[in-house]
Amino acid sequence: MSIEICHLSKQFGSFSALNNINLKINPGELLALLGPSGSGKTTLLRVIAGLEKADSGQVLFNRKDSTDKPIRDRQVGFVFQHYALFRNMTIFENVAFGLRVRPKKQRPDSREINRRVTGLLQLVQLDWLADRYPHQLSGGQRQRIALARALAVEPGILLLDEPFGALDAKVRKELRAWLRKLHEDMHMTSIFVTHDQDEALEVADRVVIMNRGCIEQVGTPGEVYEKPANPFVYEFLGHVNLFHGRVHQGHAWINGLKIDVPEHAGAEDLNAIAYVRPHDIEVNRISNGEPALAARVVHILAIGPVVRLELAGKDKESPDSIHAEISKERFRELQLARGDQVFIRPRRLDLFPDQAPDGLMH
Amino acid sequence: MSTFKQHSVLPGFNLALGFTLLYLSLIVLIPLSAAFIHTAKLSWPEFWNTVTAPRVIASYRLTFGASLAAATVNAFFGLLVAWVLVRYPFPGKRLVDALIDLPFALPTSVAGITLTAIYTGNGWIGQYLEPMGIRIAFTPAGVFVALTFIGLPFVVRTVQPVLEEIEQELEEAAAMLGATRWQTFRHIIFPAVLPALATGFALAFARAIGEYGSVIFIAGNIPMISEITPLLIITKLEQYDYAGATAIATVMLVISFTLLLFINLLQWQARRHNTKV
Repeated sequence: MSIEICHLSKQFGSFSALNNINLKINPGELLALLGPSGSGKTTLLRVIAGLEKADSGQVLFNRKDSTDKPIRDRQVGFVFQHYALFRNMTIFENVAFGLRVRPKKQRPDSREINRRVTGLLQLVQLDWLADRYPHQLSGGQRQRIALARALAVEPGILLLDEPFGALDAKVRKELRAWLRKLHEDMHMTSIFVTHDQDEALEVADRVVIMNRGCIEQVGTPGEVYEKPANPFVYEFLGHVNLFHGRVHQGHAWINGLKIDVPEHAGAEDLNAIAYVRPHDIEVNRISNGEPALAARVVHILAIGPVVRLELAGKDKESPDSIHAEISKERFRELQLARGDQVFIRPRRLDLFPDQAPDGLMH
Repeated sequence: MSTFKQHSVLPGFNLALGFTLLYLSLIVLIPLSAAFIHTAKLSWPEFWNTVTAPRVIASYRLTFGASLAAATVNAFFGLLVAWVLVRYPFPGKRLVDALIDLPFALPTSVAGITLTAIYTGNGWIGQYLEPMGIRIAFTPAGVFVALTFIGLPFVVRTVQPVLEEIEQELEEAAAMLGATRWQTFRHIIFPAVLPALATGFALAFARAIGEYGSVIFIAGNIPMISEITPLLIITKLEQYDYAGATAIATVMLVISFTLLLFINLLQWQARRHNTKV
């Protein structure tokens, strides 16, 4: 089922949870809504589910207006962050619930219910827990049951609200991979909400990054990571060094370092923010003639194939700490120790000039 | 003994258990056993004749019947009141919430006199009911009205916190799975409040069985018709028939205890899988 969201807005009192949202979700797609808390991602999901009413705008399922369709008729499966399993029912009854509450005419007979519930429990690999009660299960198991329960009514869309938010790191990682695989098998249009950028980038086909009720960027995980549309996305996706500098006619000056930025040839003496990912920072023992920043090694984390360095810039304009990532081989080559002086240079950076010239800023 | 003992950051299990037993003995068990001992002064046939006299049997029927009916009505409407208080904001909600406790605080005789005044033939409500042939005051119906009045807060106050704790998510999950509102209530909300509702029912019922003050005014106390068992006990006491009074009291005790134990067992069953996760 395809979903289309047109000019959706929603206010909670004076707080604007959704601000003219437009979004198209293709059939069979696994989409992540990513954003900090309060960005409106959960509200958007709940509006699609029909649990929340938008103030204005439309939600279209398969190009049919479904904005005011009752929840029961939406054919939407919803998985809650805290599972919302029915405590007074066994696992089997939880999964069967959606089938049992159907009107008599559409209700499958008990053998059919039995067959389908058992099939779903096998799908989530928990058929041996059918007779247990929710409180006897672990968090990860409960979440898988919640998913099986949502799938039992054969929804056209699957919505997941922070599905792994309440689980510990190891289980989260397992379930992520498992959800990805499940989606590949079933190919159901799915949307999940998360505030964990790794989760969104790892699992989703496309990522929607939201902030303050607006969509900041939509793209594949590769696109949003490699080409963040604006400073917010850059900072939210995390793990990035921020430098303040100036840009003028295709050249940027950052902490005294002159760097060519041909895409900003039109800039006339603007303040700018530059973002450099830790793995795009080149670290050298000695200045090899190219312009570079002098820095001191503050901390070394040498676990795994990548060595993480925390550096402190020598001149006072540079950021308090600069993060760099180098390979283990390079690290051995450099023979770095804490307190050593190094020279660093950004291999690649993204520059965002202020829109207004400097003079107008004040 | 040591097998019951669990390690805890708060010590004092032995002391606490000892105190609990002592307290229960002093306050509850010793007075109750006195009733049994007093009863033992009677021979079996005497005892049997006392507790199965037609007038006494009629009073059991009224006391337990009216209490059961009142507790049932209270369970139903108490749940409704608790639901409204928990779910809907409305002006004056705090006032209504405070009013619920009034039957707790009001001296029972005041409640009895007030109810009688309202329901007699020329009272506020009685004047409209009388022409329709419905008499409340000085009939078993009056007993039922008084017992309903004093029992309401028990149900509301036990159900209210449980209703407040039911997560909205459970109802939303049921709705997403296609359940109607009634199905959601029937299969999700009701099972969750059932243990609390049973407690409330049991408390209201127990209170109603023992109620004296509010009932004797409105009941009219006509032998065989509107005489409750506690009144019979008092009557016997006034006639210095202590053994007879305690005999009836013993029967009441045994029936009440059996019923409460039964309700507690049901509740324990219902609660087993309702643990919050």
